[in-house]
Amino acid sequence: MNLHEYQAKELLKKFGLPIPNGNYYIENLDNIGKDLDSLNGPPWVVKSQIHAGGRGAGCFLKSINEKGGVQIAQSKEQVVNIANAMLNNTLITKQTGEKGKKVNRIYIEESCLIEKEYYLSLLIDRNSSNLMLMLSESGGIDIEKIVLEDPDKIKKIFFSSLKSFEINNNVKEMLNFDKNQFDQFKDIVSKLCKAFVELDASTIEINPLVLNNAGQLILLDAKINLDDNALFRHPELLNLQDLSEENEMELEAAKNNMSYIKLDGEIGCMVNGAGLAMATMDIIKQFGKEPANFLDLGGTANKERAIKGFKIIQSDPKVKAVFINIFGGIIHCDMIAKGIIEAIKETNFDLPVVVRFQGTNALEGRNIINDSNIDLIAIDDFTEAAKKVVALAI
Amino acid sequence: MSIIINKDTKLICQGFTGSQGTFHSEQAILYGTKLVGGVTPGKGGSKHLGLPVFNSVQEAVKITNANASVIYVPAKYATNAIHEALDSNLSVIVCITEGIPTLDMIDIKKRINKQGTYFIGPNCPGIITANECKIGIMPGFIHKKGKIGIVSRSGTLTYEAVWQTSEVGLGQTTSVGIGGDPIHGMSFIDCLKLFIEDEETKGILMIGEIGGTAEEEAAEFISSVATPKPIVAFIAGKSAPKGKRMGHAGAIILGNKGSSESKINALEKAGIYVAKSPALLGQTMLEAMQKRNIQI
Repeated sequence: MNLHEYQAKELLKKFGLPIPNGNYYIENLDNIGKDLDSLNGPPWVVKSQIHAGGRGAGCFLKSINEKGGVQIAQSKEQVVNIANAMLNNTLITKQTGEKGKKVNRIYIEESCLIEKEYYLSLLIDRNSSNLMLMLSESGGIDIEKIVLEDPDKIKKIFFSSLKSFEINNNVKEMLNFDKNQFDQFKDIVSKLCKAFVELDASTIEINPLVLNNAGQLILLDAKINLDDNALFRHPELLNLQDLSEENEMELEAAKNNMSYIKLDGEIGCMVNGAGLAMATMDIIKQFGKEPANFLDLGGTANKERAIKGFKIIQSDPKVKAVFINIFGGIIHCDMIAKGIIEAIKETNFDLPVVVRFQGTNALEGRNIINDSNIDLIAIDDFTEAAKKVVALAI
Repeated sequence: MSIIINKDTKLICQGFTGSQGTFHSEQAILYGTKLVGGVTPGKGGSKHLGLPVFNSVQEAVKITNANASVIYVPAKYATNAIHEALDSNLSVIVCITEGIPTLDMIDIKKRINKQGTYFIGPNCPGIITANECKIGIMPGFIHKKGKIGIVSRSGTLTYEAVWQTSEVGLGQTTSVGIGGDPIHGMSFIDCLKLFIEDEETKGILMIGEIGGTAEEEAAEFISSVATPKPIVAFIAGKSAPKGKRMGHAGAIILGNKGSSESKINALEKAGIYVAKSPALLGQTMLEAMQKRNIQI
């Protein structure tokens, strides 16, 4: 689960991390001028809150000025004007795609004078199965670019325990810290690691961590991604989910224990198992068309879920044909066949549907498909089925 | 021969009396697996499916002499169930449960490494040695005793691999689903080592997917050992967009890391035959065996 910057900062403040004061606004800007009295300034920083990076360098659909999703305001009036222009506007950044994302939330923060910027992130390294700290003296910019162009600029530190987080002295030289700065740095890393473990995060990214003109290290931006698998032990964090940031069909699928991801193609896919679902998308692409979605019905799919899944696929207006690929294990193909037929009848779906069954009760499933008076195509062979659905998607 | 499990493996089931545990235990018994009992705290002393139920793994192991455990416990309680199994020093632990927090797996992984346990999963279909022992949720009937060792990060795509190798007449020795989570027990390399040593296994089929670098490491390992056994691989997710988690917690391309291109390049460089399509897993394996002049 992704969090907004202001949510991440509120959480990290509780761990004693140095973060500027700020006020956030959801869908309205009531009292924004008056609230500014509680913040040091001018100047103040007005920040669009969306789940995507590159906000500062982004641009708005209805252009405000030449600046992006993070702007400095020199007066109360300017704060109000900029915030009003950002709210309900669409911000397009490198990470949002060309459609951009609607800004529903605004964060106003105290500003600080930056001497220097660093990059800091925490994540779990799959190879060593350790918590890993990535840091660089070049903060504030696109870290993916540095990874590609100048990987030596990034240092990786592994923590072999989830209880103590020691930082070696050579980091001091690497980042050119004096003693006082290094002490602050060690304290920040230790508190961030503690936050990572206690919140069950999957990534925490601080880009940038800045040194201000008073010699203090401050977390100027913060991004937290939580481990979905661990949310059951953090019911209080569930309230932080911003549903407006999620795709409606993806949410609907998740509610029904399915995993759906909207893509841009024209062939709807319904598959059981994530690996087979990806492989099914791959084979469609191999024969020259694009998949409209990823849909894994899940290991315990039944007739009801097949109906739901089919309805989600058919609600995508781009879909021109549907490929259903089921390898029966615990799932019985005949059960899925009944679900498909019911869903097609209910939705009056009249586009071509190709069904491939293998595994448990595949023959029974095929018989149900062939005996139905609906125009469905059952093909056993994976390649032939894929070719057929590609040919029919016109 | 086979790897990790065989007809002599003595299995207990954690979460035995739950719906998943019950259904899959019945299937395992039908397949011929030596299931010797199960664990459900609070139900010790009773019988289930004609087998003894115990309150703890320790008690179950002491009385039944089991050397393997399969875990069907819900995610909330699975971490404790795994630690309990590790406390009893079982040599094989298979965890089917999906949704275990990643940080919990960090601690578990350290214990697995220290104890040298064959730990399979979590979030996996399990392991099966054809006609001998089935531990997990895979449909038994698609397996045929034969020559191919299968290792996979997927569930149903593993069944596809099994079914296709059965169809072309090769059959399987053992098929292992190592799971789709970012941190898991046995790796591709762990399984490849065992398959290379196993006399009965004449060829190896490896099913990977986008995310992480496990396939690249496996390729490096294969280059370093130079086995005469043909190895075929398939990578799912060529068409997956960057930055999106494709169902499995571990199936995500971050930046340039974890893409299918990087994996396929590394595998081909190591002399591994990469199947061009998920429909050609059996066919590619058959051709690879013929190319290496291995009697089929």
